[in-house]
Amino acid sequence: MRFGVVQFPGSCDDRDALSACRRVADARMIWHAESDLRDIDVVVVPGGFSYGDYLRAGAIARFAPAMQAVARHAEEGGPVLGICNGFQVLCESRLLPGALLTNDSLRFTCRQVDLVVENVETAFTGECKPDDRLSVPVKHQTGRYFAPRENLDRLEARGGVVLRYAPGHNPNGSVRDIAGIANEAGTVVGLMPHPEHAVDPVGGSEDGLRLFESAVAYVTGAAREALTA
Amino acid sequence: MRAKVLIRPKAGILDPQGKAVERALPALGFDGVSHVSVGRLVELDTDDPDRLEELCEKLLANPLIEDYEIEVAR
Repeated sequence: MRFGVVQFPGSCDDRDALSACRRVADARMIWHAESDLRDIDVVVVPGGFSYGDYLRAGAIARFAPAMQAVARHAEEGGPVLGICNGFQVLCESRLLPGALLTNDSLRFTCRQVDLVVENVETAFTGECKPDDRLSVPVKHQTGRYFAPRENLDRLEARGGVVLRYAPGHNPNGSVRDIAGIANEAGTVVGLMPHPEHAVDPVGGSEDGLRLFESAVAYVTGAAREALTA
Repeated sequence: MRAKVLIRPKAGILDPQGKAVERALPALGFDGVSHVSVGRLVELDTDDPDRLEELCEKLLANPLIEDYEIEVAR
């Protein structure tokens, strides 16, 4: 079982993401010009400032050959995790609904926040329990999740809100305290906080590891089902 | 053909950039300025102005959060 971490010019959390993946499975980098992901089970689109974040955060990255391959991987049911800039890229790619706007404070915000797990049926939260609290850092200036009200109601009704900022922890003005969402199949998940920075007690929290462990359990569980089917 | 694309935040969406500019103005002695909104102007040459709308939808603007206006100099 292997993770692949997409590396765009301007990515900066790619190495931490790779190292987090390697704590639980095999992992390799995917250069943005690559288009063959057949050896990859789970894709991570990491944080940073892909292509300088020109125009809008994530807008240019969407056209990279690697992202076209990631879209195909997602269409075939392959798990994809977008973190921070990766979340912005997944929204711009329309693999996830909604958009990320400038923080209501207009400031770059860097701090540890508590997240509440709301959906444990996704490829990245299967190892969590409902209402688990995870302590994970955020660091961004464009992290205010937004979608029109009717889209939000639809998203909530289908369990699309995977993670919410705990009361008083919303760092950016995200609507309804939304920190992370999933597609309908629960295979594509995006979040602004950084689970890859919370995988070692040295960093103050290991809670982020649960998302990576969940992906391993999801992929190996699916493989076992395929064998017994 | 020269074209201008004007992109602005959709009405009703909090525009913190506009708010920050608005709040800075009284300190400089500009009173009575309100409803400031900050957008983006993209200028380009194109051989195919008929495809400008598609170009806006796919890249220049995010239709979920932004409105755009295309102006072509003929």
